[in-house]
Amino acid sequence: MYGFEALTFNIHGGYLEAIVRGHRSGLLTAADYNNLCQCETLEDIKMHLSATEYGPYLQNEPSPLHTTTIVEKCTLKLVDEYKHMLCQATEPLSTFLEYITYGHMIDNVVLIVTGTLHERDVNELLEKCHPLGMFDSIASLAVAQNMRELYRLVLVDTPLAPYFSECITSEDLDDMNIEIMRNTLYKAYLEDFYKFCKKLGGATAEIMSDLLAFEADRRAVNITINSIGTELTRDDRRKLYSNFGLLYPYGHEELAVCEDIDQVRAAMEKYPPYQSIFAKISYGESQMLDKAFYEEEVKRLCLAFEQQFHFAVFFAYVRLREQEIRNLMWISECVAQNQKSRVHDSVVFIF
Amino acid sequence: MGYGFPRQDAFDGLHAFGEDDLCSAHHPCRIRASRRLLPRRARAPPIQRLALLDSLIVEQCCLVDLDWICELKLNNDKSPFQRTFVSQVKRCAEMTRKLRFLKDQISKAGLASSALPAVQPDIELENLELQLAEHETEIIEMNANTEKLRQTYNELLEFKLVLQKASSFVVSTKGHSITEDRELDENVYSRDDYVDRSSLLEQDMQPGPSNQSGLRFISGIICQSKISRFERMLFRATRGNMFFNQAPADEYVMDPVSTEMCRGLPCGGIDKSDSCSLYSQEKVQRTVFVVFFSGEQAKTKVLKICEAFGANCYPVPEDITKQRHITQEVLSRLSELETTLDAGIRHRNKALSEIAFNLWRWIIMVRKQKAVYDTLNMLNFDVTKKCLVGEGWCPVFAKPQIQEALERATNDSNSQVGIIFHVMNVIESPPTYFRTNRFTHAYQEIVDAYGIARYQEANPAVYTCITFPFLFAVMFGDWGHGICLLLGALFLIARESKLGSQKLGSFMEMAFGGRYIVLLMALFSIYCGLIYNEFFSVPYHIFGDSAYRCHNSTCRYQFIPQIIFLNSLFGYLSLLIVVKWCTGSQADLYHVMIYMFLSPTDNLGENQLFWGQRPLQILLLLLAIVAVPWMLFPKPFILKKIIQSYGILGTSEMDGDSEPDSARQHYEEFNFSEVFVHQMIHSIEFVLGAVSNTASYLRLWALSLAHSELSTVFYEKVLLLAWGYNNPAIKLVGLIVFAFATAFILLMMETLSAFLHALRLHWVEFQNKFYHGNGYKFKPFSFASLVDEDD
Repeated sequence: MYGFEALTFNIHGGYLEAIVRGHRSGLLTAADYNNLCQCETLEDIKMHLSATEYGPYLQNEPSPLHTTTIVEKCTLKLVDEYKHMLCQATEPLSTFLEYITYGHMIDNVVLIVTGTLHERDVNELLEKCHPLGMFDSIASLAVAQNMRELYRLVLVDTPLAPYFSECITSEDLDDMNIEIMRNTLYKAYLEDFYKFCKKLGGATAEIMSDLLAFEADRRAVNITINSIGTELTRDDRRKLYSNFGLLYPYGHEELAVCEDIDQVRAAMEKYPPYQSIFAKISYGESQMLDKAFYEEEVKRLCLAFEQQFHFAVFFAYVRLREQEIRNLMWISECVAQNQKSRVHDSVVFIF
Repeated sequence: MGYGFPRQDAFDGLHAFGEDDLCSAHHPCRIRASRRLLPRRARAPPIQRLALLDSLIVEQCCLVDLDWICELKLNNDKSPFQRTFVSQVKRCAEMTRKLRFLKDQISKAGLASSALPAVQPDIELENLELQLAEHETEIIEMNANTEKLRQTYNELLEFKLVLQKASSFVVSTKGHSITEDRELDENVYSRDDYVDRSSLLEQDMQPGPSNQSGLRFISGIICQSKISRFERMLFRATRGNMFFNQAPADEYVMDPVSTEMCRGLPCGGIDKSDSCSLYSQEKVQRTVFVVFFSGEQAKTKVLKICEAFGANCYPVPEDITKQRHITQEVLSRLSELETTLDAGIRHRNKALSEIAFNLWRWIIMVRKQKAVYDTLNMLNFDVTKKCLVGEGWCPVFAKPQIQEALERATNDSNSQVGIIFHVMNVIESPPTYFRTNRFTHAYQEIVDAYGIARYQEANPAVYTCITFPFLFAVMFGDWGHGICLLLGALFLIARESKLGSQKLGSFMEMAFGGRYIVLLMALFSIYCGLIYNEFFSVPYHIFGDSAYRCHNSTCRYQFIPQIIFLNSLFGYLSLLIVVKWCTGSQADLYHVMIYMFLSPTDNLGENQLFWGQRPLQILLLLLAIVAVPWMLFPKPFILKKIIQSYGILGTSEMDGDSEPDSARQHYEEFNFSEVFVHQMIHSIEFVLGAVSNTASYLRLWALSLAHSELSTVFYEKVLLLAWGYNNPAIKLVGLIVFAFATAFILLMMETLSAFLHALRLHWVEFQNKFYHGNGYKFKPFSFASLVDEDD
């Protein structure tokens, strides 16, 4: 129903849109962050959070708190909200919501596989997995020795199966090809998600393609920067870029041949939306790039809420909440390690 | 003295003096004379702004409180952890958490905590804190012990099931005996570590089956829900080279592993994390399986998959005698464990029931304490003067009580310095406080639901007490129905003391809360019903024929132009009605009113009611026209002038008065154009509303007609129709239908609809003529409300 979402959207999506907008208004504000940044101990953080929506999740934690507990409980809240929405959702919103978690699924698969490669305990690894990306047989990933087995044993049952077609090899797993696998999977996932959103049409397609294009471009830049100085060939590198986004295809050509960060910068500055990001960081520096990208992403995600009758608000909400949890983790870590001077380094204010 | 908790007399005070009295303050008070009082007026009880200065000697000071003060937040700019009493608040929060934990444990153990406060000497809060910590660790320890036992018990139970089920597979598939010399070791049961056991399994598996055809097996138990996925995974991993056998376990077992995983988490939690705790753990249907496979590699894979799926593997010897031996041993250990477990739980329940005895009192105590510190946190700490400064509102009449309370507090705490208490003069409008009684409370609630009166604004509740039931009755008028309502209301009022003390359902609570409204509604319905001559829709000619009724809403107009406008149009209409009534004229009032606007100079003809009507109408029309700009223009200009003079006044007072961090600086910028637009909207609304609202009162007529018609229908078409038959059964059915229709449709639904319309007429048509309702309520600090609140 292109352009007529307002007529029919509320039949199925109205309730959940209201819910997600309600959740969004529960996000921490700049005033909250200012207060949190002044905290002296983790108890103070807990006390401040108890006045927010996190209150019920933290109120029963006994006193010596740890950063992990805070992060775990905050994530639990997101997961509860997500599960509630998923239960209420009908097609195609439910598929859309499931798509949101595939990224975490890929990360979890990679985490477990890398972990087993380095002979870590599976239970320990499972605790580190993001709860949104859990699937039934995730623990049996440890059984697999190579990609083919990984696919045949476990992943064939998961929604990630179609993304695997690109990277089935019989090579033994090692760090390098796991990383390549992650990026190939991610590429396939983003393209699939992009296609799905296009198919939905209307405001969803419009906003989601913008958000996903940004995500794809950011990944392209990250892949380029991370692969500088590794044995990854230019062609291999280009294969990992998603086939859509602002940089596709000419930007990818330029990124593929970059040899240092300043070349990346030169390639990116041709694109006005990214010019402002690179303008914030000085030459030769890549540390602050993440934060600059996150800030830009948060800005775009917040804009998604300006329009009504589309699914992108769900995506935006989950992402914003994740950013908030990252912020909380950073603040808690800084407080716990007495590094309060660095507290503003990585916190991205949402409102 | 390092502790910030008050002595117990803080609470003694409360018990001894009852609700509107004070409590104690530990510390020092001095009273400074109040400077100026607000003028007393006869509307809402005047409220005064107070400043309390508690001087602070040590870091501890406990104010306290009195039912008559509503504190202002002076510390809004500070985050919670920067306030003065933050550590005490934190300690109270910690104690609350412990109490919640204990309460949860008690309710899980199925014990009832006594809601009645136990008659025991009060203990001090510091002791309580220690006691709570002790109790918590004790309970956690006992839980851990029981859980450990329970886990072992579950493992044994699973082993027993596996032995029962799997042995048949093993024996039937492998028809020969293999000697397996593995003593049933303690290690098998204490699953400290999975790896430990899997190594045992290896020892177990390797020597035995390898001397035959290389076929090995692993037996274990797994959740029923996972079995198909488990089998599929095994099939894939071994490329189909395996044989899978399964049988559902007869008993429900708790998963020992998940228990163990949960135990790793901190045990104080009440939310998700303790779904694994002793009593809440779900029992799941589990299935025993045996997998046969060959090869060393396959074994590692199978073991890994078992681990991944959370399947617990247990070694089953293939020798039958060995099996019997092990089974017996397992059974004996099971019964042993059962008795230990029971004893543990009994011990734990005993400890819990002891706690349960005092729990409620502790909870209230901590809650009160926390509220005191929360209030103290709202006070400002003046560093230079070493004192706490608080500001709040109190009703003027309660001032002596507060002073008395503060003095008593000073004496109780034996401090040399008194609490300074003085009245402030402020620009902000105070909160509104109406003293209500049982009767007027419900009416006040109706008005408050629309909006809280501005300070010193006329309270419409006074009129509502009568107009509301009256308007209701105009719509509901039927004295038969009225009597039914009256009986209901009298029942509620007669049992007032009994019903008031217990918890009612939401509907009953609503009816009970509005019992006095229902009473008046019923009385007025009887009155209107008598005038309408209706008794269950049957006409009774008691007062003869009279159907003309007049409604003249009593309004108190705020503005003279509004009064003039309204009266010159609708007041005139009312006058005409009365005149027509008295003279019995046939004049068409509708026509008179319309032509008063359309052609005011024309002759009235037969519609003339009295001499000089035409000039009067022209005069009234002119007055109404003049009133419109009158109500529009002057007010914004006057407001502007006032605010300008206030600004000067405010700043000059600010200079002369060095009130530390007073909350008085917040008044808004005056924006003339905004006020003017607002006034314009208001005027237009008033003029249009005058017409539409008057028309709105037609609903009185429409609903009263609907009510009487509906009851006539039930009376004639049901009762009379059924009565026409000779068959008593039909008569009975007719009577029953009539009774139900009367009770549910006429008495309940019609009551609701008439109630809602009366509500609307009050909120929209009546109150918008004069009532701003933009004040805020006076919410005094009170211990009594703390005790009631549930968490």
